[in-house]
Amino acid sequence: MTERVTPLLRVNDLRVGFDLPEGRLVAVDGVSFQVRRGATVALVGESGSGKSVVSQAIMGLLPRPARVLGGSILFADPNKPGTITDIVRLAPDGRAMRELRGGRISIIFQEPMTSLSPLHTVGDQITEALRLHRSVSAAEARELTRDMLRLVGFPDPDRALRTYPFELSGGLRQRAMISMALVCRPALLIADEPTTALDVTIQAQILKLMRDLQSELHMAVLMITHDLGVVANMAEEVVVMYRGRVMESGDVEDIFRRPEHPYLRALMAAVPRFDMGPGERLRPLREIKAETGHLMAGAEDRRPAAPQDRPILSVQGVSKTYTIRKAGMFGKQARTMMALDDVSFEVRRGECLGLVGESGCGKTTLSKVIMRAIGPDAGRVSFADDDGEIDVLGLQGEALTAFRRKLQFVFQDPFGSLNPRMTVFDIIAEPLAIHGIGNEAWRREMVSELMKLVGLDARHLRRYPHSFSGGQRQRIGIARALALRPSMLICDEPVSALDVSIQAQVLNLLKDLKAQLGLTYLFISHNLAVVDYIADRIAVMCAGRLVELAPREELFRNPVHPYTRALLAAVPDPSLDHPLDFARIMDERASHPADWPAPFTIDESHSPTFVDLGGEHFVRADPHILTLRLAS
Amino acid sequence: MFDYLVRRLLVMIPTLVAISIITFIIIQLPPGDYLSTLIAEMESQGENVDLAKIAALRAQYGLDQPMWQQYLLWAGGLLRGDFGYSFEYQLPVADVVGDRVLLTCVLNFGTILFIYLVSFPIGIYSATHQYSWGDYGLTLVGFIGLATPNFLLALVLLYFANVWFGTSIGGLMDPSYIDQPWTWGKVVSVLEHLWVPVVVIGTSGTAAMIRRLRANLLDELQKQYVITARAKGLPPLRALLKYPLRMALNPFIADIGNMLPQVVSGSAVVAMVLSLPTTGPMLIGALQSQDMYLAGSFLMFLAVLTVVGMLLSDMALAWLDPRIRLGGGTAR
Repeated sequence: MTERVTPLLRVNDLRVGFDLPEGRLVAVDGVSFQVRRGATVALVGESGSGKSVVSQAIMGLLPRPARVLGGSILFADPNKPGTITDIVRLAPDGRAMRELRGGRISIIFQEPMTSLSPLHTVGDQITEALRLHRSVSAAEARELTRDMLRLVGFPDPDRALRTYPFELSGGLRQRAMISMALVCRPALLIADEPTTALDVTIQAQILKLMRDLQSELHMAVLMITHDLGVVANMAEEVVVMYRGRVMESGDVEDIFRRPEHPYLRALMAAVPRFDMGPGERLRPLREIKAETGHLMAGAEDRRPAAPQDRPILSVQGVSKTYTIRKAGMFGKQARTMMALDDVSFEVRRGECLGLVGESGCGKTTLSKVIMRAIGPDAGRVSFADDDGEIDVLGLQGEALTAFRRKLQFVFQDPFGSLNPRMTVFDIIAEPLAIHGIGNEAWRREMVSELMKLVGLDARHLRRYPHSFSGGQRQRIGIARALALRPSMLICDEPVSALDVSIQAQVLNLLKDLKAQLGLTYLFISHNLAVVDYIADRIAVMCAGRLVELAPREELFRNPVHPYTRALLAAVPDPSLDHPLDFARIMDERASHPADWPAPFTIDESHSPTFVDLGGEHFVRADPHILTLRLAS
Repeated sequence: MFDYLVRRLLVMIPTLVAISIITFIIIQLPPGDYLSTLIAEMESQGENVDLAKIAALRAQYGLDQPMWQQYLLWAGGLLRGDFGYSFEYQLPVADVVGDRVLLTCVLNFGTILFIYLVSFPIGIYSATHQYSWGDYGLTLVGFIGLATPNFLLALVLLYFANVWFGTSIGGLMDPSYIDQPWTWGKVVSVLEHLWVPVVVIGTSGTAAMIRRLRANLLDELQKQYVITARAKGLPPLRALLKYPLRMALNPFIADIGNMLPQVVSGSAVVAMVLSLPTTGPMLIGALQSQDMYLAGSFLMFLAVLTVVGMLLSDMALAWLDPRIRLGGGTAR
């Protein structure tokens, strides 16, 4: 009962403002919530909602222009019963605050790549945290650190002490970060988007680890995230923030089953889920309408209802090997890495083929081969539209330029893919200028039509990219890709950098454009729910090979390959009805082809081929054993 | 590690050979040689030139031989540690350069020390207090230092020292010690004179270093790992010194390769204005009078220093930065 009276952390009417040259910006405006001992509270919101500022205020790590304008952050340390500290009143770099920070309240960050210093060993950085808060000898500190590293699942803690962060994979780096945060046994752990930068399977492992450690160390977790799937699986209580204010808060049942605030409801409706009915659309906070004008409408006429049986893009046996040359101090070593191994598939006209896989599986290499940005070692790529079939890899000079008009690309990063020194007009008109299409007046009309097509105001053509938001920039990128009226688009993770509601907006736009302009998509993503929403057929890729290819419903209903199953099992669904089965979360072996069970194993002695299971369902397996298995 | 060192040392050999050839060709490029310069000078002063003597001298020094033979003669001498003979000073090159190299090294090590000692605290202050009055003020001073030509500053200092203190601050020691053997008094005298050229030569270097350190450190301060360090509860100063400053140091270590030859060649113009007995003015003189062995050996010495400096800075970088030491193949 006492716990209900004095929660571990109580944030009361917190207001934080940024003093900027253009005036004061109130980023957090009257936020109140509390975290009980040992509980998990999720702080949910999109970028710019102020959720990270709240965490910085709790840690006393607000950036320079930010100031706490009012309110209090009361922390009741369970190690000192009866005392309550107001963090707002402590000097941010004073001794009292420094003892809390890292000792009683710890934080882990989104980007495990950059949140550890590359120049110091993992052991050095973790023991440093320990020795700051506890008076232990160097030997004892090493011993405790070793225990902690074992606890977070490092296979060889002794070696891990001596490794540098850049020698570790993303998942292990995040584990190192977690062990650094927990080595002093804090009462509260703030996890700021702890799994956003990780692959789904790794994300599931890290979430499981956090759950296990939480119960073992009896600490509370304040989880900051935009991913409702993670929230549904981890949190007991949820606080939803929007533009610096709390929109709704309550326990997880209330939030997911009976959302009340319109913002929360809109957010829920914008997340792609696996159990969506056929034809059901996501509802973004603000829907955009794609309008076709007369210039783009010409594109529709240009393409008569095409024969569905002939694939528009056909990739056969494409392989690509990279040689990694290691020219360090210890002499040269060359190592080859199979980026693509005998990849074959077809994309039919008017469909959307989803390509799913973890980072480093070869998705992007494949798209580069198709775009002729890099050449493969072996294989064939052919492209067929009304003008006949083209051998893509054999194209030279003029013919290659002509081919570029047919196949265009939408990039992942809406910030890096637009030149900040060009106006939007110049950006969208550039493909037209390069290919010498139309005169000045025609281009002007075409570009403003393209702007309308992606739901942007044509009056903003003379602005520069920096004055647009991420979602708007991505739409500019789509408009640029459409300028040449291609028949096919390759979209490489087009929504992975966007917020949930914006993501829904862009996905819907892509869907509408596909219908209106008769486009074909190759849609590359690591997010299965997104692919499920937009794709007709899905190809799953792992370690440079296609392992399974099936129509959308078939793949989700009846996944055959162990890797596909592992991938599906690891996706956190944003509903309480399908919780992640943490007991079944596999270790990192699921993405090692040599460790797959019998008919699927790929190593020196086994090289299974693509087997047709009927109903357009293909899987990479040894055909003999598989038929035996299926028969029995 | 050992393999790497051996390979680097072997690569240095062809590099140095190539440099020596280029150096020699460039020195020989202007028409004529030391003797023809000497003749022209003597004739302009109305003196008679004994052509027979000149021819004898020419044969003695091998100046009548084809260029490649002269090169082999010189390069072979270098290998034996014989730097050749200076025509102008009528002394072996080693003896001419001797004392000056020592003084130049003292002067320039002093300058580098001065640059580091002054610019590091200021650079760190500027970066951690970005856009404060202190930052603006120091930036302004830095820009003035950067924009003022060294020799001008030297002249200004010379003038005011003379007007206010009535002393001459030229040279590196009191005139009474020149060409005297080294004594304690001479050392003290050198130290007394050293600060003026150190300040003069160091000002622009300091200003440049402050700007670079500030920019590097500002980049690093925004990195996530700095916040991680503070989130552990590290006091701000310790967090600053252990993490971002360490990262910001790399470009400076990479710079050692460029610094070593500078330490020896010094800043010639300032040395001339302040009449410092360093090697800079001597190199210029040697090049003007086509004193080819002096100039060539000197340039070779600088080349060796550059190559060695590069090796040292590479080794130091690898030692300090595990990403360089262990990187390459481990990238996922």
